[in-house]
Amino acid sequence: MSTFRELDGYDRVFNFGNCDSSVSLSEYQQTGGYEALRMAIGNPKQALEEICRAGLRGRGGAAFPAGLKLKMMQGNTEKQRYIVCNADEGEPGTFKDRFIMNHIPFQLLEGLTIAAILAGAENGFVYIRHEYPLAQENIKRSIAEAEAAGLLGDNILGSEFSLHLKIFSGAGSYLCGEETALLSSIEGKKGRPRVKPPFPIEKGLWGKPTLINNVETLANIPAIIAKGSAWYRTLGTEDSPGTKLISLSGDVKKRGLYEVPFGTTFREIIENFGGGMKEVFDLKAVNIGGASGVVVPPEELDCPMEYGKCAERGITIGSGAVYVMDEQRSILGNVHNRVHFFLHESCGKCTPCREGLRQVNRIIDRVTAGEASLKDIENLERFTRCMQEASFCGLGQAAGNSLLSSLKYFREEYENSCVDCVEKTSERGELC
Amino acid sequence: MEKLRKAVGDIVSELGPEKGSLLAILLAVQDASPESYVSEEAVNEIARLLNTSRSMVYSTASFYSEISLMPRGRHIVRLCINAPCEDAGKEEIRKALEKELGIKLGETTQDKMFSLEGVSCLGACFMSPAIKVDDKVYGDLTPAGAVRVMRELKEAAKNEHIS
Repeated sequence: MSTFRELDGYDRVFNFGNCDSSVSLSEYQQTGGYEALRMAIGNPKQALEEICRAGLRGRGGAAFPAGLKLKMMQGNTEKQRYIVCNADEGEPGTFKDRFIMNHIPFQLLEGLTIAAILAGAENGFVYIRHEYPLAQENIKRSIAEAEAAGLLGDNILGSEFSLHLKIFSGAGSYLCGEETALLSSIEGKKGRPRVKPPFPIEKGLWGKPTLINNVETLANIPAIIAKGSAWYRTLGTEDSPGTKLISLSGDVKKRGLYEVPFGTTFREIIENFGGGMKEVFDLKAVNIGGASGVVVPPEELDCPMEYGKCAERGITIGSGAVYVMDEQRSILGNVHNRVHFFLHESCGKCTPCREGLRQVNRIIDRVTAGEASLKDIENLERFTRCMQEASFCGLGQAAGNSLLSSLKYFREEYENSCVDCVEKTSERGELC
Repeated sequence: MEKLRKAVGDIVSELGPEKGSLLAILLAVQDASPESYVSEEAVNEIARLLNTSRSMVYSTASFYSEISLMPRGRHIVRLCINAPCEDAGKEEIRKALEKELGIKLGETTQDKMFSLEGVSCLGACFMSPAIKVDDKVYGDLTPAGAVRVMRELKEAAKNEHIS
């Protein structure tokens, strides 16, 4: 099954091989794998500089500068510290981390080892969601192989650096993708978020400084060090260097995972990578960034995928999920599904998220059933804003993104299902 | 009861009687259970061995959707219920599975062979609609395809029984 496709003529960070199997350690080493680790061990200072100069930002959704996080770890004097790889990929519509773990495990492990060396961590966890048993097996096997080859464990490649890695399985909680909830989960508790600050780099796992990075972020590191930050910056744009793995799904001809240079427009992603629309139907909307992302109309698709420009347009790149909907799709149905999802995944710790989602869900149930009034739509918007502003963690803050953006661009779909829609028509003297 | 105690005891000593092992212990106890769940007796035993309260163990166990506190079937059929699968025909797959198994979403067959559950994104949106049966993901499913997967499992279970 060849689901990873790429366009010719682009340099790339990821080499998925033929994608039918997992790239073995010897295959990985034959194509320059573990060169970067040797370089980082030889000159850690230079390696960190390269990561900083490359402008690598977190790929899990928050886009925090990865080099800065490493520097902050180095500023901490505490001896006992941890590294945690966040592989709790739960954002609906996203499958990039699964591909990395299933197909190029050593690229991830090499990046993880380099990050651990730079952060001064000798113990670490790869937190993989329970829904990905094959990824868990593959990473477990790869850790053992790397240890046997002296690339992990005590005295890596004969140096003074050591790293002991363990797999930690999640157990079906979307919220554990949030870094502090993930740490609580490793500690054996409910996966609920903690107050920040202190951030994990100050007080993380068991109260010790902890570096947490997403799978894709770590897997970027070997190429940055081996080929240099100058090379890395030839990919992407000044604002957002490098590439992003895009999980493309929905009504396009070629669904799959693509490595896309930053700066590519969303329209190009759909047309050039995805081969355009699957059926004869026109494009109606695109959901960018997964369930916690936004729903935008075709007019917004000429926006380049770049952190700065997207932020200006209110688009969240997030995990890089792009879900395409043709004109047969119901926006309302889609958003309804997302609200249900968040209601199920909310941990109940804070009132705005717990109660807000309950109320929003009740209203949207009524809108879908055709029982709501226009006043309800106003309330829907008001409650969602409140949830967005007052929630404790990212889950509640982002839960309303698809709702608010769909209300901005597709409001008539909501209003048309209201019982008093006709009244409004006569007041306004126009069709709604 | 004695058997359960021993099974839980073995798992705890293998994974370490620390709080940090709790989630791994719960998942292992569930995997070892013929009814794919963590029973009240197991919760009590884990609490005793970890030297912590039952409520602490229960609070963790009840938080995670992949841990069940109710008995389930030998095979867990998980249907992705998120938007990409929903749009790709998840409802038809649900109806076909419910009809074939004779149960509703969230239920277990009388012979304790199958449980049918809804699950959040399986990371298989490039082949939606998707289901996961135990550890295996099936994508690009049609209702007929979903029924075929169930029948193959039933057939395999029958042969297992005979041998």
